[in-house]
Amino acid sequence: MSHVLFAAATVPTIKTPSIAYHAIAPILIVLGAALLGVLVEAAVPRRERFNAQIAVTVLGLIGALVAVGLLHNTSLTTPSPVGSSESFYGALSVDPAGLFLQGTVLALALMATLLISERSIEIGSPIVASAAVVVGSPDDKRLANSERVQTEIFPLLLFAVSGMLIFPIANNLLLMFIALEVLSLPLYLMAGLSRRRRLLSQEASLKYFLLGAFASAFFLYGLALLYGYANSVDLPAIFNAQRTSGKSDVLLYLGLGLVIVGLLFKASVAPFHSWTPDVYQGSPTPVAAFMASCTKVASFGALLRVLVIGFSGSTWDWRPIIWGVAIASMVIGAILGVTQTDIKRVLAYSSIAHAGFILVGLVAVTSDKGQSLASVMFYVLSYGFTTLAAFGLLMLVRDADGEATHLSQWSGLARKSPLVASVMTILLLSMAGIPLTSGFIGKFYVFRAAWHTAGPLVVIALLCSAVAAFYYLRIVVLMFFAEPPENAPTIAIPGWSASVALTTGVVVTVFLGLLPEPIVDLAVKAAHLRG
Amino acid sequence: MTTTAHGIESAAWLLIALPLISGAVLLLAGKRANKWGHLLGALVPIVLFVYALMLFFAVKHEHNREVSRHLFNWIHVGRFSIDAGLLLDPLSLVFVLLITGVGSLIHIYAVGYMSHDPGRRRFFGYFNIFVAAMLLLVLADNYLSLYVGWEGVGVASYLLISFYYDRNSAATAGNKAFFANRVGDVGLSVAIMLMFAYLGNTSFQTVLHSHLSNGVASAIAFMLLLGACGKSGQFPLQTWLPDAMEGPTPVSALIHAATMVTAGVYLIARSAAIFDQSQSARTMITIIGAITLLYGCVSAFGQDDLKKVLAYSTVSQIGYMFLAVGLGPGVYAIGIIHLLGHGFFKAALFLSAGSVMHAMNDRIDMRRFGGLRTVMPITFAVFVCGYLALIGFPLATGFWTKDKIIEAAFDKGGTSGWILGIAALLGAGLTAAYMTRALVMTFFGEKRWEDDVHPHEAPKSMTLPMIVLGALSLVGGYLLIFGGGVQHWLTPSVGPSVEEGVHTVNPTVLSILTLVVIALGAYGAYAAYGRKAVPVEKPVAVSPITRAARKNIYADAFNEAVLMKPGQWLSRALVYFDNRGVDGAVTGLAAGMGGSSSRLRRMQTGFVRSYALSMLGGTIAVVAVLLAVRFQ
Repeated sequence: MSHVLFAAATVPTIKTPSIAYHAIAPILIVLGAALLGVLVEAAVPRRERFNAQIAVTVLGLIGALVAVGLLHNTSLTTPSPVGSSESFYGALSVDPAGLFLQGTVLALALMATLLISERSIEIGSPIVASAAVVVGSPDDKRLANSERVQTEIFPLLLFAVSGMLIFPIANNLLLMFIALEVLSLPLYLMAGLSRRRRLLSQEASLKYFLLGAFASAFFLYGLALLYGYANSVDLPAIFNAQRTSGKSDVLLYLGLGLVIVGLLFKASVAPFHSWTPDVYQGSPTPVAAFMASCTKVASFGALLRVLVIGFSGSTWDWRPIIWGVAIASMVIGAILGVTQTDIKRVLAYSSIAHAGFILVGLVAVTSDKGQSLASVMFYVLSYGFTTLAAFGLLMLVRDADGEATHLSQWSGLARKSPLVASVMTILLLSMAGIPLTSGFIGKFYVFRAAWHTAGPLVVIALLCSAVAAFYYLRIVVLMFFAEPPENAPTIAIPGWSASVALTTGVVVTVFLGLLPEPIVDLAVKAAHLRG
Repeated sequence: MTTTAHGIESAAWLLIALPLISGAVLLLAGKRANKWGHLLGALVPIVLFVYALMLFFAVKHEHNREVSRHLFNWIHVGRFSIDAGLLLDPLSLVFVLLITGVGSLIHIYAVGYMSHDPGRRRFFGYFNIFVAAMLLLVLADNYLSLYVGWEGVGVASYLLISFYYDRNSAATAGNKAFFANRVGDVGLSVAIMLMFAYLGNTSFQTVLHSHLSNGVASAIAFMLLLGACGKSGQFPLQTWLPDAMEGPTPVSALIHAATMVTAGVYLIARSAAIFDQSQSARTMITIIGAITLLYGCVSAFGQDDLKKVLAYSTVSQIGYMFLAVGLGPGVYAIGIIHLLGHGFFKAALFLSAGSVMHAMNDRIDMRRFGGLRTVMPITFAVFVCGYLALIGFPLATGFWTKDKIIEAAFDKGGTSGWILGIAALLGAGLTAAYMTRALVMTFFGEKRWEDDVHPHEAPKSMTLPMIVLGALSLVGGYLLIFGGGVQHWLTPSVGPSVEEGVHTVNPTVLSILTLVVIALGAYGAYAAYGRKAVPVEKPVAVSPITRAARKNIYADAFNEAVLMKPGQWLSRALVYFDNRGVDGAVTGLAAGMGGSSSRLRRMQTGFVRSYALSMLGGTIAVVAVLLAVRFQ
């Protein structure tokens, strides 16, 4: 200890890190838009606020997306790392894979924003009028039918997105932790902002917060242990320390295990998945869509980076973990999904199962020159679009209590609205991995990448996907071949924003199934992480 | 090597594109197309048939009768690529001719059959899409494209089974078909993944010309077999096919008799090279074929619904085809020939059954038929042609094709050869018996019609296709077998047909024996049903065998007890351990939403503390495994 103090004393000044501003421009744009959103809350009159917030959010996200695109072009043409080692002493690495994931997060967040902005289905929006009003009070009843909306959700979303942008490019565990918190805290709040069934929503929020805090603590403790082992929280330094450090490996593996647990929690991988169904069910549907797609992309991005940059030297030690949690996720997601009777919970279990499939692709990530990395990146992208659109569709099927999410209410839906039923069918087929949809291509790449390293795991994955296909197809059959119930729900006509989001989701799902090449190509070229 | 397509062969993609486009037009055009929709729908397969004939002669003159047509590159990344292409070879061409030829006749028939149905345009839309998917299935030059067609015919089939979706039974039958097919489809998809894993490619060119280790070949073969069983209604996935008769009769004739259900036989014949490498898979096929053919025969006895009798007969005849393709090199061609002949006579039988149904106000209970031969002479004649062909009456189609299979089964030699041969022989007798029963109950005896029924012969648009098919049933077999033409034609695809060799039983003796068995079967049924009046109501006091046959040998009950119930228990048990309240209904078809609010509350009993505990447990496990791996 005295040695550390002594060292600190001899270096009296801290060198300012050089910052490549252009490399972190997307993050800065999103953060700027978020701050602007806060100002809008304060300065713009209530009537104008909703539209102003939409404008700020959408423009901010588009701006960031353009910035990512520009960076991507330069990073592909110039071989030298753009800002990687220059930004914050290498704490951030804006590398091709990071940019791919950032672009995916931004595109998905844009779609989620459009879903949140949907106002023609319900008075106001899917978002509560005023989150602080006590549930069931006279004020609550009055506000439920008012046009008022808790518009803070838009800046919250932007803050969460900024965290998600940093998460997959952080080469420094401390920074990664901050990004984790920056993305999580707004999500906890957003989960509690549902307009209908508010108690459920608040409960979901609290649950998510408590369990999230628990997981963050694991991450932080793991980080501390790793620091104890490597004297650094930089992933490259941790990697080097494994070859040079004489300290006990217990610190290293304990630390690695706890850090992985923190990340797996966010990615809703079993056995750290238990919050997922409850939180998805309670959250406002567009927020659940946002969590299911963007959070997943960002956390798998972070997991990839930790394993590839920090621990590619100890692949043989962590691979059994990935095997185990992948199997657990796929089995739990597939089998428990079968018993669910609520479509939001079905999608939640589907999300758990898909996390397992993604992990299958992750098994070989350090040993096969980017093939696995590309397959995982393609998978999270294609799954993100599909699941976002699927959640979006749930918003359209309604009864007097809001969304009609019980499976029995979806029977015979095709007779009421062939369009909604057909679109849902496409999305479900994609989740089931039926050919000519993006889901098939995604699964196919992931399984192919993993085959040589983990053949038995792929066989298990195939069996699980067969079981999971059952519950997706059961919904299809229910929609097309069953009698509609007496209290059949009505189908709302979405406004422009939700229509755009839904159309995009479905088009991407079909397009990536028919002509996956452009995106696969992009993923393969971007399959490169820099330390 | 295959030849690259040129001339008219290069437009082979039209075979798939045309029906697809016309199907889309019919479905999307809305009511505007009601007037001409059915005509367009019926015209398309005729055009395709003419084109297929031209293709047939073009390919016949090619060097080795195999033409490939590369369409486009579906996925191409790095060294990995999947091409979409078509393969015109003897095997695919006979299927194309069967699908478009019989398809055309059934389409024409459907114009008359569906003329009073408000959903006629939709029907033809689905029908055309089915044709497109089926042609893709047989023309694909790789397993992945084949899989796309495979799923496509499945979807078209469910849509058409549930065509009268307002009937509860139709919707249920659609469900059943859907699930049985899913089980099979999983098999096919696993087989495809295995091909990718071990060969990196699924094109027939690669897969069928590679040498695989015995284990891999067997794994692929068994998975393909599972797929084939699902699609072709073979044991143990057979129960959906008879229920599928809920669809309109032309559907039963085309999809569930002549074409789609034979896709499994196609798959096995196409994958001959893989099955040749796995003796165990081949044996399994013959066992499945033998079981199914007997199962179908016995179950057909218990049915009073004419279409169901024919459906079980289809199950049983496909069993014969499986038996044939399972017997191995040299017998594949015979299986395919029986398939073609079956396509003719079963379509003829179904169409005449449809004609009867049409005349009897859509009633299909044979106990309420009787004496129809004088009222509907053409239908009767066609039915008799189909009947003779199916039971294997001398010189009719079945005589040529089925006898060959029985002979081949005996020729397999050894105990297994005898068992299979006797099963096939017994099946022939039972076939004659249940078909005689159906014939007698429908067309002979006294009238047992209900009062409001006034039977009449069908319109020309229905009788003409029936007559053509009836004629084909009589002479088709001879044409197919004559001079070994088709067997020789199929040689490049499935290998030469082996006729020579040691016969276990002298063919002539066997032929005579078969005829005796058939005659006994037919006479037995005539004695039981033709001599005395048929009761209008089902007799209650019947032998256990009859009772079993009526319940199709308890296959549904078995499925429920062995597959469905344990599945439900398993999932319930898992839910119990998941410590979360999910209502008891596992089927998702839970009727009613009663008490949904209480259910919502119950769902929220998911305690955070137990979640946190499970996370802690998981964390400890993760860390423990890491440390254990490190310090083992």
